[in-house]
Amino acid sequence: MLVAFSLAGCSGLPVLDGGGAAGDRIAGHWRLHLWIALVVLIGVVVFLLDAMRRRATGAAGVLRPDAASERRLTVGVSVAVGLTAVALLVLLVASVATGRSLGILGAETPAVTIEITGRQWWWDVTYWDPVPAHQMRTANEIHIPVGQTVLVKLASPDVIHSFWVPALNGKQDLIPSRKNTIAIKADRAGTFAGQCAEYCGLQHAHMRLLIVAEPPEAFQAWLQAQRQPATPPASALAQRGHDVFVGGSCVLCHAIVGTEAAARTGPDLTHLASRAMLAAGTLPNTPGHLAGWIVDPQSVKPGTRMPANSLGADDLQALLAYLGGLR
Amino acid sequence: MRALVAAATCLVLLAACEREQRRFAEVAPSAGRPDMVRLSPLTPGGAAPAASPRGPYGENAWAVSEGKRLFQAYNCNGCHANGGGGMGPPLMDAKWLYGSEPENVYATIVEGRPNGMPAFGGKIPDQQLWELVAYVRSMSGLLRADVRPSRDDHMQVMESEQARRPQPPTSATPPGAEPRR
Repeated sequence: MLVAFSLAGCSGLPVLDGGGAAGDRIAGHWRLHLWIALVVLIGVVVFLLDAMRRRATGAAGVLRPDAASERRLTVGVSVAVGLTAVALLVLLVASVATGRSLGILGAETPAVTIEITGRQWWWDVTYWDPVPAHQMRTANEIHIPVGQTVLVKLASPDVIHSFWVPALNGKQDLIPSRKNTIAIKADRAGTFAGQCAEYCGLQHAHMRLLIVAEPPEAFQAWLQAQRQPATPPASALAQRGHDVFVGGSCVLCHAIVGTEAAARTGPDLTHLASRAMLAAGTLPNTPGHLAGWIVDPQSVKPGTRMPANSLGADDLQALLAYLGGLR
Repeated sequence: MRALVAAATCLVLLAACEREQRRFAEVAPSAGRPDMVRLSPLTPGGAAPAASPRGPYGENAWAVSEGKRLFQAYNCNGCHANGGGGMGPPLMDAKWLYGSEPENVYATIVEGRPNGMPAFGGKIPDQQLWELVAYVRSMSGLLRADVRPSRDDHMQVMESEQARRPQPPTSATPPGAEPRR
């Protein structure tokens, strides 16, 4: 039992550290349930042990009527029923209050609207803007401004996923052919981990995302940078990497804005080097991990849609130089 | 005795599981056979034994469904429209302009064909090419029914590949190759 509990800490997903009012509220609600349940458990165990300790009085199977103990028992049961009702009422009221407070966030006018498409097994993210040219597509790493409400529109083209960033709000499912929304708001700057919370196939456990909450000015600067087309290759090596990318198999699934690559099957790589993680939070974004991921993704994430690519050493180095320059 | 029969039944059932065997990354099935389609019937020595009649993934339902996914992902649909044909020829009928054998379909995808079929050689990894080949052949029922896809990720607009009546392949003349009169 203890081992199982200690394993629960292995996920690396802090569930009770709120990063916003909604996350704090859910964490507080969880703690209230924990303490009330703990008191009930201890009470039940104490009375159970007491009952086991007592010896039976009188002949077996014969209950002697005893007005005094009968009255004591009636009072005891009434008190227990009353306490149970009070505890349930407290939990019910707290649940309704928590639900209502979470709903308020969804009713606020959002400062930023993001469309997230859950795919096997990564998050396709589009920052919505009334001007189509200002819409921006990225993957797995979502920046939000601190103190502003962000509306997240959720969709899925394949199977049911669930968007869950415990620090900011509860879970919301992404269901094929259905539009769901959830609002999030961070009250302090920081990086908050998220995870797909609905089993969605082989690599469900490696379908993670990062929410980076930063001051509004920093967020606007980031958004402006992400809206720009990709940095052109800076060196001859990077130019060759660009040619490998658009001339090889990468171009069939990935997009790099500003080049011929415009496919939407895989993650948008326009600003790949600006992201902290690769493969939906599976690997840190370093040249070595990127090379391993390109050449043999199936040993990192067995079953991932990214196929193995047999590239020559020269081509691989050139490709890494090019992708490393996509800031 | 009853337990023995039950265990034997389970073993027999397991034997059918190869249909669902998932091989995520393997050496390209055609790696050792560069001479897939021959343009001349003359060969030095004897002819090589025929390749497996259904291709590397013609018996694997999972690979065929992967082929179906890739058929959309790589926008084969853009011209062949779910196999019904549009800008490109239909793929769910009995007519095969460039041959119906797995090697023929592979060559058509890799080399491209006149009048619009792009060459995908060097763009699509070999394993995925063979998955596409298996799916293309499943569209007109050239694979076993229990291997052909039975459902669609989107709203099903026509009967599933599994439900289709197999169409024995007939060869057809490529457009532009009709004899002049």
